[in-house]
Amino acid sequence: MRFVVMVKATKDSEAGKMPSTKLLEQMGKFNEELVKAGIMLAGEGLHPSSKAVRVRFNGDTRTVIDGPFAETKELVAGFWIWQVKSREEAIEWVKRCPNPAEGESEIEIRQVFEADDFGPALTPELREAEARLRSKIDAKS
Amino acid sequence: MTATETQRAIETVWKMESAKVIAGLTRIVRDVGMAEDLAHDALVSALEQWPATGIPRNPAAWLMAAAKHRAIDHFRRHKMLERKHQELGHELETQQESIPDFDAALDDNVGDDMLSLIFIACHPVLSTEARVALTLRLLGGLTTEEIARAFLVAEPTIAQRIVRAKRTLAEANVPFEVPRGAELSGRLSSVLEVVYLIFNEGYSATAGDDWMRPGLCEDALRLGRILAELAPAEPEVHGLVALMEIQASRAAARTRPNGEPILLLDQDRGRWDQLLIHRGLASLARAERVDGARGPYVLQASIAACHARARVASDTDWTAIVSLYGELARLIPSPVVELNRAVAVSMASGPATALPLVDAIASAPALKNYHLLPSVRGDLLVKLGRFDEARPEFERAASLTRNTRERDLLLDRARDAARRAHA
Repeated sequence: MRFVVMVKATKDSEAGKMPSTKLLEQMGKFNEELVKAGIMLAGEGLHPSSKAVRVRFNGDTRTVIDGPFAETKELVAGFWIWQVKSREEAIEWVKRCPNPAEGESEIEIRQVFEADDFGPALTPELREAEARLRSKIDAKS
Repeated sequence: MTATETQRAIETVWKMESAKVIAGLTRIVRDVGMAEDLAHDALVSALEQWPATGIPRNPAAWLMAAAKHRAIDHFRRHKMLERKHQELGHELETQQESIPDFDAALDDNVGDDMLSLIFIACHPVLSTEARVALTLRLLGGLTTEEIARAFLVAEPTIAQRIVRAKRTLAEANVPFEVPRGAELSGRLSSVLEVVYLIFNEGYSATAGDDWMRPGLCEDALRLGRILAELAPAEPEVHGLVALMEIQASRAAARTRPNGEPILLLDQDRGRWDQLLIHRGLASLARAERVDGARGPYVLQASIAACHARARVASDTDWTAIVSLYGELARLIPSPVVELNRAVAVSMASGPATALPLVDAIASAPALKNYHLLPSVRGDLLVKLGRFDEARPEFERAASLTRNTRERDLLLDRARDAARRAHA
């Protein structure tokens, strides 16, 4: 199963302050461990929200809103995509991650949906319908 | 944390660390079976102690230290191998004196130990089945029950396979080391074969109701990725990883909702996993950066890459694929490769050119019970409008496959050919 592991923003990351050499080294080592364990599929750091933009939907209207955005703790500063055997394994790996900030910070673990997650509720007929829908959407796009 | 949560956390840590612990112990006690027993004892200690103390900051080091203490106890109890006991005691003491944090001590040897463990689990002295079971158990962290379920075999059968394998290794006195020089390439191909076999069993199950068992694909991919970091100078390792990543990228596109397989050229490429394709192409590029001739896995990955790069099936560079199959056939002459080359030729130059190539290998003993031979022949005959001859080919293919889903598909094609023959 796959997880998106998101490093949440902090005041420093939002201010565009670069991590210390020490933290960069520790993060580098951690990333190396993830690769060696064969679980890291991807990983990227993101620019602060001052360079971000949002498109807000309301019915048929679309409004473009420029950053920065206020709710720092809800913003994402970087992410990984991991392939692990269980949610517990993802948690164990995150616990081994160096603290991405000085002081307080947070990392959020979100599971990626796969067809099997719907379990028996998604019958073959429903799957068929979903596949048809998908191919229609694909054809339109 | 509740007791159950703690227990699950411990089991997770075990799955993550067991290979390293077993590898480190095997280096010391020189016996995989004993190493696994000692490691398991350490797990039991963890299950007893961690719920009260919490999971230590470095669980791998904790498990390793606990297992080493068990090893000392074991040698003491049996008053044997006095010299080994001293060595072991010495090692543990120096480690404790000079390095309070076990990180470095583990890191020093962990790569070589892991690699040695992979080589020993895939040793040619063992049967292929035993290699697969031992690799999944020691390196993949799977339980006997999980392996049995994945291969649709009774649990005692797998348990016995593993016990026998460990005994065989001990009796043959197989050294725990990374083979060097001339021995390396043969031993490495045995390892790659095992990993690819696990992948293939997951990718197109040879028996049973399901066409795929994705868990095994993920296990194989993970082993491959680990191996690529342990042996980065081996182009074939990267070739195998590339091949598996690209094949896995098609997983969501290769079955219909009812479980029926969809052939490569009929797949909705929008459902191919671009992240895995990207990773596969990167591994292939890595393989090509390492000097040396292109081996079978690099060639197969190059073929898979030709498909992955084509945005629609009609964009496929069949001429390149024909030439890659030619190169592969020269490297590993095999009627199966010839059959694949014939399919590529039919796409590049038409079914009339390809049919004689298939007929030329039709009597090869290796293909006697290979369902894809009549299946391909039937397909070429349909394209040539020879429906009457195509029908029995599909029927024969259906009678040869052990996969239920595939059988249904082939019988459909047989009926379709019969209908068109009379139309």
